[in-house]
Amino acid sequence: MENWSLVSICVLFGLTARWAVSLNSYSGAGKPPMFGDYEAQRHWQEVTYNLPVHEWYFNTTDNNLNYWGLDYPPLTAYHSLLCAHDHGFDFCWVLVADLLIYIPAVVLYSFYLSEGSNKKKVCTVLCILLYPGLILIDYGHFQYNSISLGLALWGVVVLGLGWDVLGSLAFVLSLNYKQMELYHSLPFFCYLLGKCFKQGLAGRGLFLLVKIAVTVLVTFALCWLPFLSDPGQILQVVHRLFPVGRGLFEDKVANTWCSLNVLIKIKTILSTDTQLYFSLTTTLLAILPSSIKLLMKPTLWQFKLALVNSSLAFFLFSFQVHEKSILLPALPVCLLLNDLPLPAIWFLQASTFSMLPLFLKDGLLVPYVVTSLAFLFFSIYLLSAFEHCSEDKLRLGCLRHLPSLIPGSFYFSITAMAGLSFMSVALAPPDQLPDLFPLLVSVFSYLHFLGLLLYFNIVQIAEPLQSVRKNQKKSN
Amino acid sequence: SVMATPRADDWSWFPALALGVSFLKCILINAYHSTDFEVHRNWLAITHSLPVSKWYHENTSEWTLDYPPLFAWFEYSLSHVAQHFDKEMLVVQNLIYTSPATILFQRLSVIVTDIVFIYAVKECCRSVREEKGSKDLLGHPFFILAALLLWNFGLLIVDHIHFQYNGFLFGILLLSVARHLQGRHLEGALLFTVLLNLKHIYLYIAPAYGIFLLRSYCFTKDNTDGSVRWSSFSPVRLVALGSIVISVGALSFGPFIAMGQLPQVLSRLFPFKRGLCHAYWAPNVWALYNMVDKALSVLGVRLKLLDVAKLPKASMTGGLVQEFQHSILPSVSPSITLICTLCPTLQPKPHPPPSLALSPPAKFHIWCRPRGARGFLRCLVVCALGSFMFGWHVHEKAILMAILPFSILAVESREDAGIFLMLTTTGHYSLFPLLFTAAELPIKVLLMLLFTLYSFTSLKKLFRGSLLNPLETTYLLGLVAVEILCEVVYPLSPWQHTLPFVPLLVTSVYCSLGVSYSFIRLYVSLLRQHGTDKHKQL
Repeated sequence: MENWSLVSICVLFGLTARWAVSLNSYSGAGKPPMFGDYEAQRHWQEVTYNLPVHEWYFNTTDNNLNYWGLDYPPLTAYHSLLCAHDHGFDFCWVLVADLLIYIPAVVLYSFYLSEGSNKKKVCTVLCILLYPGLILIDYGHFQYNSISLGLALWGVVVLGLGWDVLGSLAFVLSLNYKQMELYHSLPFFCYLLGKCFKQGLAGRGLFLLVKIAVTVLVTFALCWLPFLSDPGQILQVVHRLFPVGRGLFEDKVANTWCSLNVLIKIKTILSTDTQLYFSLTTTLLAILPSSIKLLMKPTLWQFKLALVNSSLAFFLFSFQVHEKSILLPALPVCLLLNDLPLPAIWFLQASTFSMLPLFLKDGLLVPYVVTSLAFLFFSIYLLSAFEHCSEDKLRLGCLRHLPSLIPGSFYFSITAMAGLSFMSVALAPPDQLPDLFPLLVSVFSYLHFLGLLLYFNIVQIAEPLQSVRKNQKKSN
Repeated sequence: SVMATPRADDWSWFPALALGVSFLKCILINAYHSTDFEVHRNWLAITHSLPVSKWYHENTSEWTLDYPPLFAWFEYSLSHVAQHFDKEMLVVQNLIYTSPATILFQRLSVIVTDIVFIYAVKECCRSVREEKGSKDLLGHPFFILAALLLWNFGLLIVDHIHFQYNGFLFGILLLSVARHLQGRHLEGALLFTVLLNLKHIYLYIAPAYGIFLLRSYCFTKDNTDGSVRWSSFSPVRLVALGSIVISVGALSFGPFIAMGQLPQVLSRLFPFKRGLCHAYWAPNVWALYNMVDKALSVLGVRLKLLDVAKLPKASMTGGLVQEFQHSILPSVSPSITLICTLCPTLQPKPHPPPSLALSPPAKFHIWCRPRGARGFLRCLVVCALGSFMFGWHVHEKAILMAILPFSILAVESREDAGIFLMLTTTGHYSLFPLLFTAAELPIKVLLMLLFTLYSFTSLKKLFRGSLLNPLETTYLLGLVAVEILCEVVYPLSPWQHTLPFVPLLVTSVYCSLGVSYSFIRLYVSLLRQHGTDKHKQL
């Protein structure tokens, strides 16, 4: 069958799965007084539609910022305004956004930037579209991550095709939709800077640098146009986007600070400022090796790995991280499904599992179970994950004996996740430890993320600067 | 890897297809369900809580038991599992009881019993003829058949959204067909008898079975020209068949005959008080008939040829299933529909002289010149479609009885593939009004597109070339226009409140054109085969 029909079928199937998930319960359904993210989106439509622009981010009598105040950059606000005009079906808007932004980027990535036969590319499209985390958060919990992630993916695809200016434009738009895209900003920066250096800073490289800088600044200016008139506006928006006053973490999240908190109560020992500096330092240390490597060797492969490493490091060490931010490393890991299937599948499954407490709160147990099983089964089957487990395929030249342990550990890990999921649903926690199961889930996921961070860093850094590996990559 | 040249025994793709559709069914658990959900919950309650003697007398709920006894026993066994989910659903008085556990249990029961369907599809795929030669997996007829059956749009939305147990029942039907294709006729007969005792609507295709078994199984040999050899009649085989039918019937109806409740059971099974057409007209001949009648009456009134007061008041287009009279054309009674259903299939014609290509109809055809199990399958499809076209109080869901078995023929012959595409697309579209909620609109559109796209591209690739002529393609594209008209344009128009039935009417009449056309083409292909036989004989 021709490619276009196979791809269309995969896309239709992906869309059907998404809409079917949305038929289930959603975040905050029937839970006054705050309800959930669905109510937040609805409230933002109300605010942007009824109030003038300069009041959107301010605490006024009409706009109580404590009740789901706007805390995303201006593009989200404009999008809410657009949705407010046709407040018929909010879930429809998520589907439309997916169809127009995220899904075309996935298809283009698979067909132009990944390797393998046509059938393999179609399988890649299907597996990326089946990633449960994004489906459950966007259609179950209800959010618009597919817009910011889709725009970032467009940035990657366009950069991969060689159009640097357009790529940076796409990424800036993505950044102006959700500020968490900052997790991806360092790799974009290093990649583009590295390319400029490679082209020689005294000639074409400088010209490229200037073009990109101008594009970025102009795009920012256009997005923030209504707020540029008053510096107070800009400060207030920034204040809403980065609530530094809120502390190292909230709730249970699978990162270092929350897991460390189990052993040492750092939240109480250190002051808020110390916590901030501590987290900043560790984050920078974690992303340094990867960024430097990318600067020295700005290829697409390094870029993808750097996106993973950078966003995962941010997730694990940054402050005020929410569990949903795991979607940020998950996106570039999806891009690695074709090249390193088993580690990618492992990470993606762990990322879905880490959000289990959130799904249980939203009443999404059945979609969670079904989409996870479907994703595991299809990605392992279609991408032949277990056949790519040799030390050569895993790019682990230095660690010779590790690959033989991998299939066994994978099965053990999945079984443990299934077991923990079952226990979270079926058993009641003991009275002294009411948060036992969310804690176990986040610590277990944290261990996975830490291990995989090390692995992806090794893969990125161990690659030699000269392209000896070209042959190995083509044999995939 | 899965996409390499498949070995003959490499069926690893089959569980992938089956699991994929099962996962899809699971996430549809919380979608809209129709009153049929309550129907089955009520039957669970009746069979669990009441003694057998009361099953066919119980009428606390309006949804009384109107399937044959074997289905009641099936519900009874399900109810034993149900009590572990939610005991309250088994209380007869709990009308319209829809706790989350109830929904989960009922939906899961449909998904799990679909295993019968999955097994039957596997058996059908094994019986499909294919040319040798390396083809990539996606181009093999058995792969295409598996996908067309497992992912059939009609079955998905009727069973897993609207809510019914058709997967289980069609599984038994397809398994019976597969057994006949494999030459295991006694098993096929047993399965069909069981099916009849589960849902009596399959009586429509019973004549096809009866004549085929009599002709091809009881007469063990044919003459060289294919006509019947009377001397080869085997009483042993006839007795074997008879005993199967009687024993299954006894198992099913026995207890009720013993209790003297047979008349009551039969009256529940065959309620002829309902009208010619269901509230929503199935796209069959009577839809066209009603339409013409209505059009003529409106025209008559306009042209002052008729007096409005003299026209019958009961409206066919109201939502209730009443008896009604046609205004201009002669009214249709149940017996007329029975004759029309049997006519194309049974009416004997004089044996034609060799030089003329006259056309005896279907069953006469398999009596004279049986072409083995495939001829039987073709006859079965024609019977099913014929009964859909002319039957009394036909539900639009009955189109599946023709579409599913026809899929087997569609992957084997080019002409059948063309008719299949026409019938399936029109038939599936006619199921759209079953899901009328706004939330389910994207699902039905997406799934329809998915199935239609797949069926067209895969069959086109299999038979190398276009399967439909431009007129047919235009008609099918017209379905898109009808859909936009009914779902988008009409609700915004001023007539939405005064004439709410118009979208249903338009859908029904437009689809009946396509279905009738497919029926005629199918019938012609059947007769043309007979004509080829006769010519071969000369």
